[in-house]
Amino acid sequence: MKRVAGLARAACIAVLVGYASSLLAAEAVPTEQDPATNARAVALSQQLRCLVCQNQTIADSSAELAVDLRRQVREQIAAGRTDSEILAYMTDRYSDFVLYRPPLKPQTILLWAGPLLLLAIAAVVVIRIVRDRRAAELPALSDEDIARAKRLLDDVHGDRA
Amino acid sequence: MNRKLLIPLAVFVVVLGFLFVGLTLNPREVPSPLVGKPAPAFRLARLDQPDQLLAPADLAGKVWLLNVWASWCVSCRVEHPLLVELSKAKVVPIVGLNYKDRRDLGLQWLAQHGDPYDVSVVDADGRVGIDWGVYGVPETFVVDKQGVIRYKHIGPVDAAAVKDKILPLVRQLQAS
Repeated sequence: MKRVAGLARAACIAVLVGYASSLLAAEAVPTEQDPATNARAVALSQQLRCLVCQNQTIADSSAELAVDLRRQVREQIAAGRTDSEILAYMTDRYSDFVLYRPPLKPQTILLWAGPLLLLAIAAVVVIRIVRDRRAAELPALSDEDIARAKRLLDDVHGDRA
Repeated sequence: MNRKLLIPLAVFVVVLGFLFVGLTLNPREVPSPLVGKPAPAFRLARLDQPDQLLAPADLAGKVWLLNVWASWCVSCRVEHPLLVELSKAKVVPIVGLNYKDRRDLGLQWLAQHGDPYDVSVVDADGRVGIDWGVYGVPETFVVDKQGVIRYKHIGPVDAAAVKDKILPLVRQLQAS
């Protein structure tokens, strides 16, 4: 009987020790302690949109989903994933919409080129307006007008001389 | 009439058109990149029997719905009667993903409001939710016999969504 109790106690201790060591093993090193890793996590979080409060990054948002996604970012950095792998992980699940900087793709070409296109149109419009105005301000002169102008100018110069 | 005046008018009409289309769009609905892709795998404990696990593979060969719900989710109560009704019709199995909830609260909620789910599984820390691209509870997915996600409904389903979108798609997928 005693031996059985002893065995049971030994088993209990073994289980407890095993449990404690598994707890220690499972505990991730907090990434906050490593400045470089921390900077990466913050930089990534600032590029990702929180889908709950859409005009905030997951770095800014305190929505639960943002907290969870920040945790994912840190865990994946700890797991040795690259930045582009982590961003791909996010877009695989939440589409390009999670990226604050949309990728250059056929679907987004208008988004990227749109402002330049508008600027070009505006430039063309401005140039044409300026040209039209100049043409209106300077009426064509007939030979007679030019001769008159010459005479007037000559008179002025003549007076001064 | 001066033809030049027509250009700003045309631009104005186009911009107005864009704005009107914009009014009908819902910015909260982000199209899921997972539609048309295999359902993300999970192996989660059942809400009612924690020692039993469920994986999407267990439902292979069946068309099924995954409904993401939680006891803390207010708009889940809006869609809940519809799900209960749908489950009574026994057209399609509904799997509940109990998202970031407490087991006792989840069970209590089902007891109170009715349980439309063939089985509910527990995603306590929301990791499976992230794999499925969940960002607002409730969400409902239609998964086909091959385990491919065919449709995602964001927010509470309404009678029109069930009648015009989900049920026709389920029937079509069941027939194929």
